[in-house]
Amino acid sequence: MTAATASAPGAGVALPALALDGVTCTFAARGGGERYTAVRDVTLAIAPGEFVSVVGPTGCGKSTLLNVGAGLLVPSAGTVHVDGEPLSGINRRAGYMFQAEALMPWRSALANVVAGLEFRGTPRDEAAARGRDWLARVGLAGFEDRYPHQLSGGMRKRVALAQMLILDPDILLMDEPFSALDIQTRQLMENELLELWSANRKSVLFITHDLEEAISLSDRVVVLSAGPATRPLGEFTIDLPRPRDVAEIRMTPRFVELHEAIWGVLRAEVLKGYAQSKR
Amino acid sequence: MRKASGDARLSRGTLVLLQAVLVAVLFGLWWLATTEKWLDPFFFGQPLKVVQVIVDWFVSGKIWPHLAITLWETVLAFIIGSVLGLGVGLWLALSPISSALAEPYITAANAMPRVILAPIFAVWFGLGVLSKVALGVTLVFFIVFFNVYQGVKEVSPVVLANARMLGASRGQLLRHIYLPSATSWVFSSLHTSVGMAFVGAVVGEYLGSAKGVGYLILQAEGTFDINTVFAGILVLTAFALLLDFVVTRVEARLLVWRPRAAETEAL
Repeated sequence: MTAATASAPGAGVALPALALDGVTCTFAARGGGERYTAVRDVTLAIAPGEFVSVVGPTGCGKSTLLNVGAGLLVPSAGTVHVDGEPLSGINRRAGYMFQAEALMPWRSALANVVAGLEFRGTPRDEAAARGRDWLARVGLAGFEDRYPHQLSGGMRKRVALAQMLILDPDILLMDEPFSALDIQTRQLMENELLELWSANRKSVLFITHDLEEAISLSDRVVVLSAGPATRPLGEFTIDLPRPRDVAEIRMTPRFVELHEAIWGVLRAEVLKGYAQSKR
Repeated sequence: MRKASGDARLSRGTLVLLQAVLVAVLFGLWWLATTEKWLDPFFFGQPLKVVQVIVDWFVSGKIWPHLAITLWETVLAFIIGSVLGLGVGLWLALSPISSALAEPYITAANAMPRVILAPIFAVWFGLGVLSKVALGVTLVFFIVFFNVYQGVKEVSPVVLANARMLGASRGQLLRHIYLPSATSWVFSSLHTSVGMAFVGAVVGEYLGSAKGVGYLILQAEGTFDINTVFAGILVLTAFALLLDFVVTRVEARLLVWRPRAAETEAL
């Protein structure tokens, strides 16, 4: 960890791995209609090795925030710093796991996993060896030659996870990665994620609309308001002991307490978001 | 492979048998009608004589050079047309200014019935292989072009963003995302474009040539030898079927990654 410099804004002991400062994203409406402000004045910092979840009602601009952190989207106002350096272009330190299917359908599982290494010019043999290793680590040994459509939804998510982790990014950006999975597969994947994460602590920004998922995984949970013009409403430190099992931890009294506290803040926003989506 | 299509289905053997019977019945009716003079054999030909002509062609080996020329024209037209279509399609799809500029002319060129260009190509490229290839290229180009254009436009933005996050440069995006996506569309139109290349070759030959199956038909028509015309048509049809079979095999090999409707193996 780097020592903090006095000039770094919002820095604690160490520089945050990823810092969004006063980020506002306004989209020009198609056909010159009214502008739409997805997020307004969001300040969010993730310490090195910290697992932060962002929860909020559907359609509140959570993904917009993640795209800003990834460098895929330039904010209308505000700054993004990665390890204290202002971000320009794609965030090379970050890996991104998308909510939707992001695997290349014309590549086999192995070819998908090694894609990032291939783009970086890693020799083919070495890339293939590391790809096999990572597929085995996410429990997909023997599935190297399968194409995405031949894999189940959960398997595809594992391939996407391996595809991201093989590049050893310092920051993981995850956009509701498990929301399309059934509850059992989901808990398995969450446990696997925690295991991989605790073996090699990365900074994680995890977006979800599932509060239980957020609490069971994270060090800190940030609650966002309903859109448009989403902003953080509150932050909760999750002081549950690690290592955790996402299924078991949900039964503990502290979990229930935290859930109640956060839900108290979130509930009103969910209702607001629901009312807006009905209009 | 089996599809769950529900009710009564014929077994493969029965189906082939019935199909053969259908052809035999049609030929039988043709034979009967022309032998009994219900139809004038001078205009409608006689199946036995048609078969005789075909057998003669293959026994004497006279047909091979003509078939070879037609095949060669088809292959050349397909390859040149596909490469041009792929290149121009990629370029226009990725460059909004060029595509805006070219759009009305592409639409106009595609709307024009290109067969009327055959006389011009004959003047430019002579009566040899080149003029037929040129005609085939104009037919194949637009099919491939529109498919590539569509393919690039329909690249999933998520797949694209993912590749960018994985560190793909602009050139790598072109090679690893746009090109595979576009070629998958090209392959899915393979049947049409190979068919069009074939049409270009035969029509070109028919309008003026010194060799090729189209030329044989043209010659026979000039002497009112209707049996030879039919023989030429049958050979062309068989040849087209063969071509289509090859394309199907190639396609199956190239598009292994494509999801198909749920299929299970029969035990």
